[in-house]
Amino acid sequence: MSAPANDVQDYVGFDTITQQMERKFLKRGFNLNVILVGESGMGKSTLVIRKTTEIAPVTQMLEENGVRVKLTIVDTPGFGDQCNNEGCWVPVIKYIKDQHAAYLERELKPNRERIIVDTRVHACLYFLNPGSRGLRPLDVEVLKRLTEVTNVIPVIAKSDSMTIEERTAFKRHIKEELAFHRIMLFPYASDDDADDDRVLNASIRELIPFAVVGSEEVIEVEGKLIRGRRHGWGVINIFDETHSDFVHLRNFMLRTHLSDLIEVTSQRHYEQFRTSQLRQIKELRAQQAAAAASGGAPPAQPQVPLSVMQHQPMTQV
Amino acid sequence: MKEGSGEDQNVAPSMYSHVSRPSSHRNKNARKGLPFNVMLVGESGLGRKTFLNTLCESAVITGSEVTNAEQAHIAEPMQFKNYTVEMDEDGMKIILNIIDTPGFGDGIDNEQCFMQIQEYLELQFDNVLAEENRIKRNTKFNDSRIHALLYFISPTGHSLREIDIELMKRLGSRANIIPVIGRSDSLTPRELVLFKQRIMSDIVTHSISVFNFPDLDDEDEDAVEENSELRAMLPFAVVGCEEVINEDGRPVRVRNYPWGVVQVDNDEHSDFDRLRYVLLNSHISDLRDRTQNELYEMYRTEKLSGNTSVLANNTSQAVISAIGA
Repeated sequence: MSAPANDVQDYVGFDTITQQMERKFLKRGFNLNVILVGESGMGKSTLVIRKTTEIAPVTQMLEENGVRVKLTIVDTPGFGDQCNNEGCWVPVIKYIKDQHAAYLERELKPNRERIIVDTRVHACLYFLNPGSRGLRPLDVEVLKRLTEVTNVIPVIAKSDSMTIEERTAFKRHIKEELAFHRIMLFPYASDDDADDDRVLNASIRELIPFAVVGSEEVIEVEGKLIRGRRHGWGVINIFDETHSDFVHLRNFMLRTHLSDLIEVTSQRHYEQFRTSQLRQIKELRAQQAAAAASGGAPPAQPQVPLSVMQHQPMTQV
Repeated sequence: MKEGSGEDQNVAPSMYSHVSRPSSHRNKNARKGLPFNVMLVGESGLGRKTFLNTLCESAVITGSEVTNAEQAHIAEPMQFKNYTVEMDEDGMKIILNIIDTPGFGDGIDNEQCFMQIQEYLELQFDNVLAEENRIKRNTKFNDSRIHALLYFISPTGHSLREIDIELMKRLGSRANIIPVIGRSDSLTPRELVLFKQRIMSDIVTHSISVFNFPDLDDEDEDAVEENSELRAMLPFAVVGCEEVINEDGRPVRVRNYPWGVVQVDNDEHSDFDRLRYVLLNSHISDLRDRTQNELYEMYRTEKLSGNTSVLANNTSQAVISAIGA
């Protein structure tokens, strides 16, 4: 990149910052943490294209055009599988908050790492039942709570038992019901959105919930190998856009909105958590001081361990 | 069929047993129509309504009443809805009474559902018991005991869920349970085979009593073979659909997907036709008979002797004989 000769003295070169930043991010790669929420048998594991029977988070390295993504998936076995599912969302919410708490703890350390390990959940794929007419009571309860702590993307897995008409009607009902319950899904509208962002986001919102078909199998169709499902009446190709929204979902999460997912988690959900935690700590200290003065029992602990907080300078109330 | 025995003067031969005799075709009651009561149980979205409409070849249950977003998510308490359709099956007239259970399993806490269904089934038994013991009995008594309970299993492809096991365990001694996989077109043929195996294995493990096509006459080789085939098909994988297209002049019920067309009546695509034949033709008498002679009698004994351990003993015997084959 060369500057015109008569501007040599004025040229500093900060216009290469964008390129520099890009190169740095590309070299570092992205960490994308996704949690799958849905009953067993809804097709969660087939969506990941990786066979696992573990309960622990599973990590996969993806690379495309020089961009590296470390994708970590957490499943939620047992969710919604009981006769009485009251409270089944509690462990999920707790997991998400625990990751925020762990990050906060690392961030607060006097000697913290240069690059803090980020296990915060950037996206939650919520699995809808393809048979239902729309949202079930359990879906409404859980979605309301999940959208408060993370970016939620609703998905219809195993959508191969829905005809196109049924799928369209289902998506419409879901959207109506989500709007009625004021359930906020990612991507969120923002006034600073550029026009192409708005158009892109609108097209994403059209597709939601993503009707996908997952497959762990590679099958041969007319000499070609495809990833799909072979029924007695035809073969489903999961990458075929007329068969499933899988390609759109993948592009959405791993390409167009990858950095958005991470950024929004960091700037919105995490900050919200951090603020409420630090406020609690402040109140806790005040209560402890009061209790110490009067000799009463110590109050309950917030999520971030007190030991870390000792290093915080006392702030004036 | 139990005849009145000398030892117990309170036992009278059931006055309804003549209706369940297999060769009732020339019977006056047969001209009026053979009553057959079927209950459909399963979460919404598994195809109960579509199954019924496909079975009766007419829109018995029309589209859902809830159309607006505000109400759609509200957990309606489970209801019992009755529909009656007159069917003609190979010249035999059947009064098909369907009891649907919308709301089953749709809430967050579904534990009440089992009790409600059990109470319903027992109430019908109680009605017969009361009527039997009347001094002046009503020959036109309407027998509303459930002859077959179709339980719709979700096509997860894994194994039975807690709600499936709980329901079938609790109700196996009160009705002939026929397990059915709803929306089975979401499974590939291979997945379906494995799923069926796992379900039947779960059923044995949990000592669940389902209608196992028992051989009533060991000498009838054709029947024995047929029962054995049907046993191997359990649970029935159904695909229901109400769309009919014209193929070579014949009406064919299909589901149109971008990747292919499912034919409901094609035995390779679904067990629907076989199940229909079982319910309305080949096993209608067996189902009615077992309801009367085994399930009802067991209940009656328990009720009259006030001894629940009797029921427990009979249940385990029934389970053993049901699994036996």
